Amino acid sequence: MFAAIWPRAAIIAVVVLVWWAVYETGFWDRVLLPSPASVWDALTSNLTGPNGLIAVAYRSVFRLFVGLGVAVVIGTPIGLAMARWQLFQRSVGSLVVGLQALPSIAWLPLATLWFGLNEKAVLFVVVLGAFPAVAIGTAAAVRMVPPHLVRAGRTLGARGWVLYGRVVLPAAVPGYIAGLQQAWAIAWRALMAAELLVAGARGLGHLIARAGAQYDTSLVLAAMIVIMLVGVGVDALFSWVDRRVRRRRGLLVRA
Amino acid sequence: MTSKPALHVVPEAGATQVKLSIRGVSKTYVQASGERVPALEHARLDIAKGEFVCLIGPSGCGKSTLLNLIAGLDRPDEGSVLMDGRPVTRPGPDRAVLFQEPSLFPWMSVVANVEFALELTGVAKRERTERAMDWLDKVHLTRFALAQPHELSPGMRQRATLARALACQPEVLLADEPFGALDAQSREILQRELQSVWLETRNTFVFVTHNVREAVFLADRVVLMSSRPGRFVAEHRISTPRPRAFEDVLLSKVVVDVHDHLLKEVEEAVASEAGVRGDLA
Repeated sequence: MFAAIWPRAAIIAVVVLVWWAVYETGFWDRVLLPSPASVWDALTSNLTGPNGLIAVAYRSVFRLFVGLGVAVVIGTPIGLAMARWQLFQRSVGSLVVGLQALPSIAWLPLATLWFGLNEKAVLFVVVLGAFPAVAIGTAAAVRMVPPHLVRAGRTLGARGWVLYGRVVLPAAVPGYIAGLQQAWAIAWRALMAAELLVAGARGLGHLIARAGAQYDTSLVLAAMIVIMLVGVGVDALFSWVDRRVRRRRGLLVRA
Repeated sequence: MTSKPALHVVPEAGATQVKLSIRGVSKTYVQASGERVPALEHARLDIAKGEFVCLIGPSGCGKSTLLNLIAGLDRPDEGSVLMDGRPVTRPGPDRAVLFQEPSLFPWMSVVANVEFALELTGVAKRERTERAMDWLDKVHLTRFALAQPHELSPGMRQRATLARALACQPEVLLADEPFGALDAQSREILQRELQSVWLETRNTFVFVTHNVREAVFLADRVVLMSSRPGRFVAEHRISTPRPRAFEDVLLSKVVVDVHDHLLKEVEEAVASEAGVRGDLA
């Protein structure tokens, strides 16, 4: 436990110390670069309440999972079809790769025209950001299923959908989880960007935008810290699932 | 090489019915470089019902290719593979296959792997666990039924794969160097277990190996293959009664004979290859 915590604590301490030292030199205006203490103060005094950091973060995380859920529902079947049919891969597959290359925030102007400055526009941007990653990750996971497992399934008499559902898909699960890990990170970034720009969406991104407009740099930094903390938390959740699956299959190399 | 007459190997006179018949089978692979490699050329072989045949030969002689064709994992370019007189068109649980790498499904426990095979052959749900445990008992893995495959040693994994293959109650067991990656002790244990399984089931076994001792210990008939293109060139019948022991003097003598024969084949193959490709030295 201690071995897991001290490197994290140490790097935080180093960052805070450097920050504090720069702050003390007075090189930057103290409004533009607040001290760690005032950020800590902004963080702790704005935690609760209807527009406190916890409530706002909750709204953002909720949106993240709704958006990610929709992306999974759309992206998974597309990815499976990409792995299965070459024609689909060449047509829809290349479109998905193109979407993957496009930062999804570029959709925001259109999304606000279509849906208005609201929740729907934000979710649209999140889904368009995350579903290509889900689809590409799913297709890659299916393609990387070890051929000897498929051969074994066939010699046992599994064919068609039975072979697919009972052998190919379960064998693809570790790769699929890796794809989801990518997708959630993309979704989270797309969400923050969209919230920054859409005033109607009261999330962490919006909080940063509002605090920045009011020169409340301490609160900006406090919200940024919360965004990182949420990210670390969600990542820990996915990593936990990933480790569980891989340990069960003997794919985890213990150091 | 092509001038060498292909040996048409038929079971001994008076043998029982033919189970597997390889009829003039040719198979050529195209390598990534575009080079065409003839793996099998007009191969002919009949295997009797209940016979234990070991295919042996230098690497590249098309042993694995032939096994894949019998399994139905691959189609011949020419000729046909018949089982009970009917052409093999696809894989099926009537022909179980043991590969060199144990192919247990890593997301299932050992017993669930065997149950899955039973499910595919249509065994009712409530009977599956009991029957799976029976098969695991036969390969002495009862204690590891609930373990995950990766928790077993390589030898145990191959035994579990054997149990899963046998659970389908196949008429033919095909094995492609299944003990090739095991240490000497595990290999010997598995060879003994395979012998007793054969004695119990009296199924048709086709076993590919490059280990002469293993072939002679297990088989009724050792069939020698030449390489590039692969074809059957000779056979040795092993009539030593079973159960056999590794220490058997007569067996050891046969091993030496087969070994010499095989060595000659390999040397010929190397010589002809060098002749074709020019002097490599």
